[in-house]
Amino acid sequence: MIEVKNINKSFGDTQILFDVSAKFETGKVNLIIGGSGQGKSVLTKCIVGLHEVDTGHVVYDDRDFSEMERKDRKLIRQEIGMLFQGSALFDSLTVLENVMFPLKMFTKMSREEREERAHFCLNRVDIINKDNLLPAEASGGMQKRIAIARAIAMNPKYLFCDEPNSGLDPKTSIMIDNLIQEITYEYNMTTVVITHDMNSVLEIGDHIIFINKGRNWWQGNKESIMKTDNKEVVDFVYASKFMRNLREKFVNS
Amino acid sequence: MNLFEHIGRYILMLKSVFARPDKGRVFWERFFNETVEIVINSIPLIAFLSFFMGGVITIQTASNMSSPLLPDYTIGYITRQSTILEFSPTIISLIIAGKVGSNIASEIGTMKVTEQIDALEIMGVNSIGYLMLPKILSTTLFFPFVIIISIVLSLIGGWFAGVTSGLYSTEIYLLGIRAFWEEDQNDLYYALGKTMVFGFLITSIASYYGYYTKGGALEVGRASTKAVVASSVAILLANYILTQLILI
Ligand SMILES: Nc1ncnc2c1ncn2[C@@H]1O[C@H](COP(=O)(O)OP(=O)(O)OP(=O)(O)O)[C@@H](O)[C@H]1O
Ligand SMILES: [Mg+2]
Repeated sequence: MIEVKNINKSFGDTQILFDVSAKFETGKVNLIIGGSGQGKSVLTKCIVGLHEVDTGHVVYDDRDFSEMERKDRKLIRQEIGMLFQGSALFDSLTVLENVMFPLKMFTKMSREEREERAHFCLNRVDIINKDNLLPAEASGGMQKRIAIARAIAMNPKYLFCDEPNSGLDPKTSIMIDNLIQEITYEYNMTTVVITHDMNSVLEIGDHIIFINKGRNWWQGNKESIMKTDNKEVVDFVYASKFMRNLREKFVNS
Repeated sequence: MNLFEHIGRYILMLKSVFARPDKGRVFWERFFNETVEIVINSIPLIAFLSFFMGGVITIQTASNMSSPLLPDYTIGYITRQSTILEFSPTIISLIIAGKVGSNIASEIGTMKVTEQIDALEIMGVNSIGYLMLPKILSTTLFFPFVIIISIVLSLIGGWFAGVTSGLYSTEIYLLGIRAFWEEDQNDLYYALGKTMVFGFLITSIASYYGYYTKGGALEVGRASTKAVVASSVAILLANYILTQLILI
């Protein structure tokens, strides 16, 4: 479980996060949703330590990450996998080398063992026989899947995904969502997904946090989000007519 | 940011550069690749430039020395001295700053804006050390060898230009090249030492501008221009200071 306790974060004079607290449970897909520019990415970067928090704590299974020295953080980071919005594959390395990279840096595995593990992860995301492709030669959806393979290579306990399905067609989006959900349950990971996509919210949201104006504005799950009458949540979730109709049907039934 | 903030951040960055590599084997692999990429791949361009530079130096020296009081071998002597003292180390370093500096800044800058550097950090890799140490070490150690190649080719270029245009004979030119070598050979060490400093400045400054890029493709382009300008200025300043310190 990851616990976020009273995080405040400013850049210069502008405060972005106000006293955010949240819990992300193990074995569940936790979603962070909210409008553009409300602080979702900043919150996630604070949790993984790419930004330092001004005040507050981030606790990974009773280990206070915010208080740690760089070398202790390094150990926790090896338990974290992250899928970036733009995939962030290393563009000078091939697909196989990308997935083997963390293994090469942080394990004592032999080349054969690394290759075996990398192939296992690539198979898991349905990338087969693409070892020597460069990331630039792969399609957007493939890049996302390769990045997932790299993120799970080290068998992480914590998985973060920043907008895993932005820029993908609906079918591929759902495939990625389901993949994230499956591996979360399969390996009992603590997964945190940032998303804009209402499809994913209703599909995989075990636990949902709605960030608005830098605050933890509302939390619940995919059932309660259909029924809530929190104005900002309703405005965000039911921005489209289609979603409003859906809500009506759901509430009436 | 003002100049002092840049210098402060640059020095802090260097502290991370020289931290112990996360994994020795990976470091040596990268060191080897970067040496090929940065040093070996620069040799053809530098060889070409040096040959013609040497030719021009000799022809200009010859055409400016019509005084009968000076012995003919002075041409070879002056060519050697100006090549070793300035043309090879400084001019070639400036050209390398243009080629290698912009390359490094845009490589690292692109990694920054596409979150590849964040990806390294998330894994627990010291991204500054991982990316920069192999580059900085290989240029600092190996640019002196490139400069030796440059000096040799420049002198050959001088010989070729002079002999083909009938300005002097091979014997006279060689006499000039060998003249006063006993007293002057320290100049060569000075030149090579200087190149090490220049090599260090080029790669570290270019890495700095790449690493602190913010934004997108446009900013990557700007960072690479800034890297070339800043490393060229640094080379010229360092050259001035080192010349003051060592030759006087
Ligand atoms: N490094 C930074 N320096 C200064 N301000 C920043 C920085 N990163 C983010 N911000 C600001 O913080 C605010 C929240 O940004 P954030 O990226 O968290 O939004 P978001 O909720 O992820 O939006 P989106 O859904 O569009 O990605 C924005 O106003 C942004 O300008
Ligand atoms: Mg974002």
